[in-house]
Amino acid sequence: MATLGFLAAVTVGVAATVLGLLGAVGRAWTLAVPWLVPLGGLELALDPLGGFFLALVGAAVIPASIYAIGYVGGERRGVLAYLGFVVAMCVVPLAANVMTFMIAWELMSLASYFLVLHDRQAGASARAAWVYAVMTHAGLACLLAGMLLLAAWTGSVRFADWSAAGPGLPAGARGLALVLLGLGFASKAGVIPLHVWLPLAHPAAPSHVSALMSGVMIKLGVYGLARASLDWLAPAPAWWGAAVLLAGTVSAVVGILYAVVERDLKRLLAFSSIENVGVILIGLGAGLVFRAVGLAALAVLAIAAALYHVVNHAAFKSLLFLGAGAVVHATGTRNMNGLGGLVKLMPCTAACFVLGAAAISALPPLNGFVSEWLLFQALLQNTRIARLELNLVFTLGLAGLALTSGLTLACFVKAAGITFLAVPRSEAAARAHEAAPSMRVAMILLCVVCALLGLGPTLVLPALAAIAGPLVGSAPLPALGDWLTLRVSREFAALSPLALTTALAAAMLAPMVLLRLAGAARRTRRYETWGCGRILQTARMEYTATAFSNPFKRVFDFFYRPEKRLDIEFHPDSRFFVERIEYGNPTRPIFEDWLYRPVLSALSVVARRARAIQSGSANVYLAYILAALLVLLVLT
Amino acid sequence: MITDIVLALAQALVGAAGAPLLVGVLRTLKARLMGRRGPSPWQPYADLRKLLRKETVVSTTTSWVFRVTPYVLVATMLVATVVVPVVASRTALPFAGIILLMYLFLLGTFFLALAGLDSGSAFGGMGSSREVAVAALAEPTVILAVFALALRADTTTLGGIVERFAREPLLAANPGHLLAFAAFFIVMLAETGRLPVDNPATHLELTMIHEAMVLEYSGRYLALVEWAAAMKLFVFLTLLANLFFPWGVPDIVEPVPVLLGLLALTGKLAVLTVALAGLETIIAKLRLFRVPELLAGSFALALLSVTAVFLVP
Repeated sequence: MATLGFLAAVTVGVAATVLGLLGAVGRAWTLAVPWLVPLGGLELALDPLGGFFLALVGAAVIPASIYAIGYVGGERRGVLAYLGFVVAMCVVPLAANVMTFMIAWELMSLASYFLVLHDRQAGASARAAWVYAVMTHAGLACLLAGMLLLAAWTGSVRFADWSAAGPGLPAGARGLALVLLGLGFASKAGVIPLHVWLPLAHPAAPSHVSALMSGVMIKLGVYGLARASLDWLAPAPAWWGAAVLLAGTVSAVVGILYAVVERDLKRLLAFSSIENVGVILIGLGAGLVFRAVGLAALAVLAIAAALYHVVNHAAFKSLLFLGAGAVVHATGTRNMNGLGGLVKLMPCTAACFVLGAAAISALPPLNGFVSEWLLFQALLQNTRIARLELNLVFTLGLAGLALTSGLTLACFVKAAGITFLAVPRSEAAARAHEAAPSMRVAMILLCVVCALLGLGPTLVLPALAAIAGPLVGSAPLPALGDWLTLRVSREFAALSPLALTTALAAAMLAPMVLLRLAGAARRTRRYETWGCGRILQTARMEYTATAFSNPFKRVFDFFYRPEKRLDIEFHPDSRFFVERIEYGNPTRPIFEDWLYRPVLSALSVVARRARAIQSGSANVYLAYILAALLVLLVLT
Repeated sequence: MITDIVLALAQALVGAAGAPLLVGVLRTLKARLMGRRGPSPWQPYADLRKLLRKETVVSTTTSWVFRVTPYVLVATMLVATVVVPVVASRTALPFAGIILLMYLFLLGTFFLALAGLDSGSAFGGMGSSREVAVAALAEPTVILAVFALALRADTTTLGGIVERFAREPLLAANPGHLLAFAAFFIVMLAETGRLPVDNPATHLELTMIHEAMVLEYSGRYLALVEWAAAMKLFVFLTLLANLFFPWGVPDIVEPVPVLLGLLALTGKLAVLTVALAGLETIIAKLRLFRVPELLAGSFALALLSVTAVFLVP
């Protein structure tokens, strides 16, 4: 029964991919059912940008649903919510008026809320779902405010009318609408500091749902940002682009800083999603700035790079979440300090995870490298803008992106190395088993996608540029090289992943042949790891996830503000015998402490004051209604 | 096509065969400066030969990652020697830019750090953790130094930068250029595991980064790892020599100019090696948690270099 549900989801995914790809190459399609919902009716429209995101959702749903067949093992609870979630995500990029969009958006949030609550017994899930519900509705309120304002100013609830009327609005009104819509979409995308729900909610959901939430749901926030700034309110001013770029930089750096010290595997991946959304926003922001100053070709490049990273992140983050899910399924723990040695027990999952880790660390010749390379090339060309303040913003973005990519490498060396290599750190990890066949199929599928996206940018990038081109109003698309070599701005930079991969493969073979020719000894002895003469070598001598990230904790201690807790219980007779020792070095979250706590406590103070007017007596409420009516009559 | 393949093989040969000599000369020079006689400059070749003849011990805790890493390392470094302008400004993979090069190094670091964790000893983990920390903190400096160069040369391809600066030497006579050089030099020290970041000569757990990570390697695997480390030093020094002082790098691939280019490179490498040996003789290793300050300093230099371009075009 559950399998049937997931097969239905696969079908929806295939249909969405096909329809989305048709839209992305320029096929238009509309559907209007005026009587179905009030205030404008159901209205769907397919255009290149929406088609791109629709195809993304569909393509991510396919492996996640195949994986789910093996992962949930016939359990029926949650299948309906999953289907609702998938369908709602497919409708969001198609929605063509406020009502349709809002219904789809809210359905997506509600369905994912139920999926986060899946593990009802765990207190953490309940809290995660609660924070998620609050944050997502705060975001919804911002969106609703922005959209209602736009509807009032333009006199229409149809998005197409907004695009037409957008340039005629006063600059202040457009700025206000951009900020409101931006806040709403950014909270869904998990942009810092609106990210607090993400590291709670994504790990709490079942892994195939986590993959979709991180892989595509937060991308719909990016979709909204792109739609608002490139379509509804185009052309967005330069300050807005710079703000998006800076928000992206902060998200990228802060997200990965949290990820690198995390020891919960799925939370680490969730924080890394915040980082990747930041990277995408760096590209989008750069594109908006380029567009605002009239450099259309560079804007196309930056936005195409951002879209490329959107696809890539969906591929490797889904892969990593599915791999993490297989680990959780096999061992029952997400704490990396209790894992290890899984490479021998679950070789396929381990190989897939290492590949995903290499891809997300932007290592050539995989897909993450191509999109980061493109982003760097787009950012480096900021010198063609002759405004010092914008140049400095770009320089910050460059430095932030570079730091992010270095920290990502550290983070994923840790995630892959501590989880899969060396010796198991717990009984549960020592008894792990390989993932079910359907789970392996899904992971291998995503590995292939990562490799192909890394090898074939010469085919993918022109298609993405064709989507970005009309959005920035650039009729002749910039030349991007031939089938073998990508070229950026003629002589500025070039890259040929195929030639590079060939060279790497040849260079891999060279030492093997050379060793043979040099007559190297081929004797190999298997022996235990050298332990400085220790007799006993156990898993306790391995480096743990906490130990691995300690240098970062020390270097960035102004950011983590770690607390040191050392609790020693001595033997009552002698201080030389320790009964129990407990050491903790937790970090303190900056945004929760400095932003959310003051706001929430102010809110509760206001609420306590407001309690005075809530007497509970019906007569008093009737008096309130009368008073409100009178005031309104006088005012109007 | 044929020229490209010949050029690629020639560069790989120069890099692969010359790198151990570079390390040997550096060691001899350091020994002499410290008042010791030191080994012959050819000692690294003898070491490699000895390692190749020895039995390889592989830990039972390790997996395929441990065994594949030496090959990946050598492969990335061979490709790196092919894409860097060694004997001519044109290379066999003419598209290669400096960002690609840095990510090639990261590819090697990724596998080496995983291999360090794979052995399951505290040493390996310690080395991996420190190595990735240093690599992560060096990354922003690299990108900004690249940015400073790319700004002046209007390209990020290595060959393009060399050609541009060779054609207009005045571009290089600029304070921003010198700042970028200083920043890149510090990054080189960090990335190749030299003093004051890492001490290539010890096996003390308090000081080492790279050596801790590769502690479990032996025999032919160790030979490959050491060889790759030598090539990394060669690539970085060549990069410093030809990118910042591109004089004498021919822009045509013909036997005579290429030989002259090789001669010029040897001269520049000699100067850099003497400088490096002198530096390593007079400074001590920094405490591990002082290294970020050094890297922050190099980041500041790179940032200044970039700002200099915006302010003084």
